[in-house]
Amino acid sequence: MTILEGLKYTKSHEWVKENGDGTVTVGLTDYAQQELGDLVFVNLPLAGDGVTAGEAFGDVESVKAVSDVFSPVSGEVAEINEELLDAPQMINETPYDAWLIKVENVSDSEELLSAVEYEAFLAQGE
Amino acid sequence: MQLIFEKSHAGRGCDLLPACDVPEVQLPEELKREQPLRLPQLSETEISRHYSALAKRAHGVNDGFYPLGSCTMKYNPRIDEEMAALPGFTNIHPLQPENTVTGCKQVLDTAKAYLCEATGMDAITFQPAAGAHGEFTGLLLIKSYHEARGDIKRNKIIIPDAAHGTNPASASMAGFTVVTIPSGPDGCVDLNALRASVGEDTAGLMLTNPNTVGIFDSNILEITDIIHQAGGLNYYDGANFNAIMGVVRPGDMGFDVVHLNLHKTFATPHGGGGPGSGPVACKSILQPYLPGCAIQNSQKEKLQLKAFHGNFLVVVKALTYMLTLGAEGIRSACEGAVLNANYMMAKLKDLYPVPYGKTCMHEFVLSLEELKKETGVSALDVAKSLIDHGIHPPTMYFPLIVHEALMFEPTETESRETLDEAAEVMRELYQMAHEDGAQMHDAPHHAQIKRPDEVLAARQPVLRYQWKQV
Repeated sequence: MTILEGLKYTKSHEWVKENGDGTVTVGLTDYAQQELGDLVFVNLPLAGDGVTAGEAFGDVESVKAVSDVFSPVSGEVAEINEELLDAPQMINETPYDAWLIKVENVSDSEELLSAVEYEAFLAQGE
Repeated sequence: MQLIFEKSHAGRGCDLLPACDVPEVQLPEELKREQPLRLPQLSETEISRHYSALAKRAHGVNDGFYPLGSCTMKYNPRIDEEMAALPGFTNIHPLQPENTVTGCKQVLDTAKAYLCEATGMDAITFQPAAGAHGEFTGLLLIKSYHEARGDIKRNKIIIPDAAHGTNPASASMAGFTVVTIPSGPDGCVDLNALRASVGEDTAGLMLTNPNTVGIFDSNILEITDIIHQAGGLNYYDGANFNAIMGVVRPGDMGFDVVHLNLHKTFATPHGGGGPGSGPVACKSILQPYLPGCAIQNSQKEKLQLKAFHGNFLVVVKALTYMLTLGAEGIRSACEGAVLNANYMMAKLKDLYPVPYGKTCMHEFVLSLEELKKETGVSALDVAKSLIDHGIHPPTMYFPLIVHEALMFEPTETESRETLDEAAEVMRELYQMAHEDGAQMHDAPHHAQIKRPDEVLAARQPVLRYQWKQV
């Protein structure tokens, strides 16, 4: 299972990349995709929609179940990864490339974990 | 196996219609089909063999044990079918004069009286065609109630995270926002979380009791009171009614509206053997908003969920079931369901951990998380392996609060011998997982259909027959 250095993480298993221009990119971690199993559907917001830290902004569906995806930050959706809508398996194959949304006008954030802290958090749950 | 369309041969058939003895009428040209209907053309022998072959490939309650959790796959008595086939019930039209269908009316009135008695409610509608349809109906009643009082800020429905997936779906369909509250360490409603979530925007609560881990929430009176104090109403998801019928009533637990699955609890067939029926019963405060009831002092249209009285013949079957059992029989069916579930759980819990509760109600949930860690054999693998032993898999990966969940609901119509056999198979599978787990990844090995590719089926669904291009 992979955890990338340089990214931030949430306890609900999203990764966050700060892009340096005030925007952030959000995706699902390798751990999340392993737990969910093969994904078959992704439901994303529209560009321009507001997202709130700690609240669901979309959902992913696996053969097992539908699960909410929570936003690590508050802000406005700048862009969504439309490729995922037709190819949700990209999240299983390359979770750290298969980003879900980019958020701009970020006003608030959840408590985010570093790679080391996220690894410790996962170990705790085992 | 070939589909019936693929077996078709032009010109073959089994209909010998008599010559037309009334004048022919021509339809207007614009209403006529451009090409004839592509109906399969087969002889009666071929049709008969086709459906017999299909039946052999299926697994129903008549074929073997079917412990599908939350679905109450009990035996459907033949007498129910006999009554529903009586010509007085089948050869009628919903618009014929009422004084010519008094028998049918009596069926509805009697079923209404019994179901209201069993649920502790005052009124009922038979329109909803299934459980989720009933949930949707019940939520619209709650909505109408608040709106009629001018209390339009109530837009939130509170639902525990262990709820059936239909609950949040129905609430969203009815235009509410769903507030999910976590379950406590005992698998029941976390009272503090519930208290923290209610407010002036609370429209109501949706709850099933016993809950989806098969435990009766003993705080139920406090739970429904918290919602009432906040100004909301309580909806009882009747999916698990088999666990309490004849013993406890939702109306006495503080619920205001409830749906029943006649096709589960009251022994009428499910799915392809259906159709279903999900009547909604309510307290008198909600009666004015029921489908078919006049709403006083309102310009709003009457609620209409389905034509007339819904799937009437299913009600005939359910009433037959109730009359056959009587009040005593209903109660003992319920007690049998709870006893059977506890018996089977007791025979398995030393090998398969039961995350919640020492005793259960009508169903129990095992966690195969440990087994998967030790052997790599998942809940899916065990479920598929059961098929090789002539047992329908239990409900898998639900409720979501239990990892690698298998949910068994044996029902009261299974014998002790069947439960013993099924428990023995589960114990053998546990052994097999440790000794030769790899082969379980490909189970079932002996079924007509092997392991389907569920991922491919979900990603590239084939939803209809593709006609060959001529």
